[in-house]
Amino acid sequence: MPNLTKGPKVRRPLHLHDKKLKSLEERASQIREDLIDMLVEAGSGHSAGPLGMADIFVALYFHVLVHDPKHPDWNDRDRLILSNGHICPIRYVTMAHAGYFPKKMLMTLRKFGSPLQGHPERERLPGVETTSGPLGSGSSQAVGLAYTALLDRKPWRVYCVMSDGELDAGQTWEALLFAGRNNLYNCTFIIDRNNIQIDGTTEEIMPLEPLTAKFESFNLNVVRCAGNSIRDFVTAVERAHGVSEKATVIIADTIPGYGVPYMEHDFLWHGKPPSPGSESQQAIHDLRTLAGRITGEHE
Amino acid sequence: MKKNTKQSGLNREAWLVRELFDEKKLKHLPTRDGFGEGLVEAGKGNKNIVVLCADLTESTRVLAFKQAYPDRFVQMGVSEQSMASIAAGMAMAGKMPFISSYACFSPGRNWEQIRTTVALNNTNVKVAGAHAGVSVGPDGATHQMVEDIAIMRVMPNMRVFVPCDSIETRKATLAVAKLSGPCYLRFAREKSPVFTTLKTPYKVGRAEIYRHGNDLTIIGSGPLLYEALLAAEMLSHEHGIECRVVNMHTIKPVDVKAIVDAAKQTGAIVTVEEAQAAGGLAGVVAETLALTVPVVMERVGVPDRFGESGNPREVQEGLGLTAPFIALAADRVLQRKLGNTVPAIPAHVTAAQERLVVMQQEILHEALSRTPRKWGGKKPDASLKSRRRD
Repeated sequence: MPNLTKGPKVRRPLHLHDKKLKSLEERASQIREDLIDMLVEAGSGHSAGPLGMADIFVALYFHVLVHDPKHPDWNDRDRLILSNGHICPIRYVTMAHAGYFPKKMLMTLRKFGSPLQGHPERERLPGVETTSGPLGSGSSQAVGLAYTALLDRKPWRVYCVMSDGELDAGQTWEALLFAGRNNLYNCTFIIDRNNIQIDGTTEEIMPLEPLTAKFESFNLNVVRCAGNSIRDFVTAVERAHGVSEKATVIIADTIPGYGVPYMEHDFLWHGKPPSPGSESQQAIHDLRTLAGRITGEHE
Repeated sequence: MKKNTKQSGLNREAWLVRELFDEKKLKHLPTRDGFGEGLVEAGKGNKNIVVLCADLTESTRVLAFKQAYPDRFVQMGVSEQSMASIAAGMAMAGKMPFISSYACFSPGRNWEQIRTTVALNNTNVKVAGAHAGVSVGPDGATHQMVEDIAIMRVMPNMRVFVPCDSIETRKATLAVAKLSGPCYLRFAREKSPVFTTLKTPYKVGRAEIYRHGNDLTIIGSGPLLYEALLAAEMLSHEHGIECRVVNMHTIKPVDVKAIVDAAKQTGAIVTVEEAQAAGGLAGVVAETLALTVPVVMERVGVPDRFGESGNPREVQEGLGLTAPFIALAADRVLQRKLGNTVPAIPAHVTAAQERLVVMQQEILHEALSRTPRKWGGKKPDASLKSRRRD
């Protein structure tokens, strides 16, 4: 039995300066706009989840992750596992912004022959760590990576983005039991707690609360944060890094469809993009004006 | 080729739609619609029918059942493995559960639970696999289930049904509800031609001849059977080749007699299915032939690869599943029947590979040619679909 608690002790300071925060927030709103443009070109795909997770993906790719977009297979990169593969549009746009591939590829989402598949595929797009879509298996793969990193004394960390709906799947809890037993402190699960799934709200379909207590009872460190606040999320990651004997679950309370008021909190926007025309124009207008709170000179 | 048959052409007794080859008049509906309708109808006659669904109520079309019989609908959330075994429990207490999800998750994810708690237990559970085949299109390989026929037909006690259009799916759903014991019913998301009618004969375990011909037999199942009919028509018009077309809607128990008759009377077989060419319909036909009347055979199906994102028709074409490729397979099987030499890799496979490359280049080139300035292209940002006026 390897001594898994004596792994690397590398911790990167994540302190977020106001100036950096402002640039990240601006980046997030550009990314939301690109997301809508891309989804409408594709004509299918998921809207609510990706919009809700834009802030977290910007925080991850532009502040938290140790990675090199020009060398996506660099051995010591942090691993970002996307378990709920259907929100891949936000990963794709953020990766394009980070320089993993040219932005023009966003025109090809879901088209025949594109590396940007409807659900992300490891074999087709460098930088996508795992193929996902079917829910519940990302946490197990994350745990497998994290366990191996400790085994081999590697400095990199594992972040696993998961949806709240996929907590219905038993495999998630099998993975969390393993993470709890093996003190995988290098592994951080990020739950997109947006309270919706395909058929309705999570609490109607299969109630999850009290969620914090569930995770704690699995011997995990739990941090709750506002998922649409970059600062709050980064603070939550800092707190995860600060715990050296347990894996951390960050429950990020996000607003599905964030930034486009007619989509916010509505499970019907889980799996479709806005239709081209007034619907998409309204979405872009809302994103640019913070839902009408900012008016431009041209208006 | 000389017409060597007394009888060739469409089988009038199959009562296919009149507008069979009239593209404009032919109706298109998803097979899942037939499942939804059949389920409500079956539920009316049998109060023991319950429906379990894993967070896909609308898209698997069990919403109508939920609305009609709310107390016989069970929402499972995203837990297909548990769903299969909970259904087995309910069946042991006297219910007839239909479990409904996408085929990639059920039976894809919960295969072992189905094997032990449904098939080995021999419980009265009906597995309904929606969104099967590559015609799910843009969702990509993770959701394009093409291994389900193979993994379900090798399971003892399990019966496997692959209906060809929405009307037949409705009939199959009603038939399955009359059967006792484990069943797997496979259907698809996309609209496909409705080419059978209410009068078209349908009986569990009995294949139906939709077209007569004695040069070769095309055995198909699922919506691609329509492509088989198109190919047969094309071969008849252009080359005078008369194909028998058989609808093998029940993969298990398979109609051995229909396969043996086809082998004896036509001497050459082509199978057509929207699933891995290995193990599925092609598997059962090849096994049957090898054990009875070995004749030459070709397979049209997914060629040992995963699907990928794309428009459903494009993906079907790129993987070589449409009528022109079926015609190429028919040509090859005839050459082999005549004892002529043929290339090692079938022409329908190489032609599809070439077509796929060309299609993908064209499609990506078209999309990239519209790249806006903000993404490094030359078109104004306002030319994006999302920004154009209605």
